[in-house]
Amino acid sequence: MTEQQLAHTSRARGTTLRSLRVREAVAGYLFVLPTLVGFLAFTVGPMLFSFGISLFEWEVLTPPRFVGTANYAFMLRNERFLNGFRNTLLFALVVVAVNVAISLLLAVAIQRRLPTLLRAYYRTAFFLPLVISTASVAIVLSFVFNREFGIANYYLGLLGIGPIPWLTSSSWAMTTVVIATVWKSFGFDLIVFVAGLQSVPRHLYDAAAIDGANGWQQFWRITLPLLSPTIFFATVVGVIGNLQVFDQAYILTKGGPGDATRTVVMVIYDDAFGTLRMGYGSAIAAVLFVLIMTLTLAQFALGRRLVHYG
Amino acid sequence: MTGRIRPSDVLAVLLLTAFSVLVLMPFVFMISTSLRIPRESFTLPPKWLPTDFRVQNYRDVFDLVPMGTYVVNSIKVTAAIVLGQVVTASLAAYAFARLRFPGKDLLFFLLMSAMMVPLLVTIIPVFVLVRTLGLVDTHASLILPALTTPFGVFLLRQFFLTIPRELEEAAFIDGAGPWRTFASVVAPLGAPGIVVLTILAFNGYWNEFFRPLIFLNSAEQYTLPIGLVSLRGYMGTNSVAVVLAGVTIAMLPVVLVFVVAQRRLVEGIALTGIKG
Repeated sequence: MTEQQLAHTSRARGTTLRSLRVREAVAGYLFVLPTLVGFLAFTVGPMLFSFGISLFEWEVLTPPRFVGTANYAFMLRNERFLNGFRNTLLFALVVVAVNVAISLLLAVAIQRRLPTLLRAYYRTAFFLPLVISTASVAIVLSFVFNREFGIANYYLGLLGIGPIPWLTSSSWAMTTVVIATVWKSFGFDLIVFVAGLQSVPRHLYDAAAIDGANGWQQFWRITLPLLSPTIFFATVVGVIGNLQVFDQAYILTKGGPGDATRTVVMVIYDDAFGTLRMGYGSAIAAVLFVLIMTLTLAQFALGRRLVHYG
Repeated sequence: MTGRIRPSDVLAVLLLTAFSVLVLMPFVFMISTSLRIPRESFTLPPKWLPTDFRVQNYRDVFDLVPMGTYVVNSIKVTAAIVLGQVVTASLAAYAFARLRFPGKDLLFFLLMSAMMVPLLVTIIPVFVLVRTLGLVDTHASLILPALTTPFGVFLLRQFFLTIPRELEEAAFIDGAGPWRTFASVVAPLGAPGIVVLTILAFNGYWNEFFRPLIFLNSAEQYTLPIGLVSLRGYMGTNSVAVVLAGVTIAMLPVVLVFVVAQRRLVEGIALTGIKG
């Protein structure tokens, strides 16, 4: 509608254009208000509070005591944190690498000419773990991976492997948490890759085929380069998400045996909500936050330059 | 090229089938074990068919543990959050999509950056806040901080932007103000978006574990995921069948939604990626 028409309509109703604008703005603010209140009270406020309190020693029941950067300095000497940090980093990188590899393979396979019903079955199977709770996944898999009675060891036993102490040995526990996480989450990458593949122009493959390129060459020369932005996206999103791993490690192993599967968020959980060291817990959260923000910004900044956009 | 089955197609089907079996096996194990006589929960070699059909387990899980309470709590908390998010997000999304007011772009930008703030950065202060308000161990502690959603605002704004402007202009000419336009034009036509948000929020909060673990401490307040985890520890390995009956019940609503609205849900999940 043009300004003129607007003005005409509003004059006819005895209101001025100006008062209409004011009414619209007031409505705008009112509509945004609830979201804004939630944003200030539960995101911005807590974030600032968290950074502030990370400079204090504070056990909730006692008054906070300013300690400067002592919490951060302590972190660097704190073996529990350092171990948690190493575990988390390793975990995130392995999960993302495995997820990307499996999903890429399955995405290329599911793109082939398949009977519709079969494709629907595959999609349902692969996406189903995404929608159920990590708690359910962890409970069920803790039985599957039981050393004595679990079905995993039974079938591996038939092949002459094992029995593997999936959850009870510190050298296996992390692998088990990785498997559980991959099982639960690879579907996300698959969704993203299938969408990405659909945007690769069909005629490129036809042209390559005419030039005599086989399937393998087509994958490396066409699919992979054109899918690289998508893979980059899935990798960054995956790393960001998995740096925050907690639920499955907590339920499957409680961070054990020893500290073998203790993650950063678990260390925060123990310090902040176990021993109520809110200042120290906030300092760890701040470090993780900076890491995550860096990755997010790297995605925005590098995403455009490093990868091939078709 | 059409009609001929190539060796690589066979390979693809084999690969996909193998993976789908691996993915589905734990589900089959869960359901068939949940129908077994509890003291035979673990039988080797595994029996994949539910030979005993002991439906009793599904009754026992309600009798032996406060399963009914968990279900009611989960429904209550999830429904309140979903309702709150749909209302607050659709109002804000409409304002950001259509209304003109000073500072709009800056506000939207700030709100969108909030999507990147991970829960663990705010959880300690929010816990302190909840504690100060005396809300620890209440459902309000879970509901109140989750009533608004920057992601939902983003999602719904995308949907609202696709509604033809002419329809809103027609409403305006008929004398409708922003409220009437929102209620009678935008909300009904943006319903597909609202459905996606509802499904995603339901799925996410029904499954939520971290916040309930921190905010709740008595079994009467537990929601399903945390209740089931505590139930596993409390019942021991002799009653795995009963525990798995509980897990199956907890999974049922989200699986049903998944089956009915798979396409919507999958699209939505792909979008959630951007919130990291």
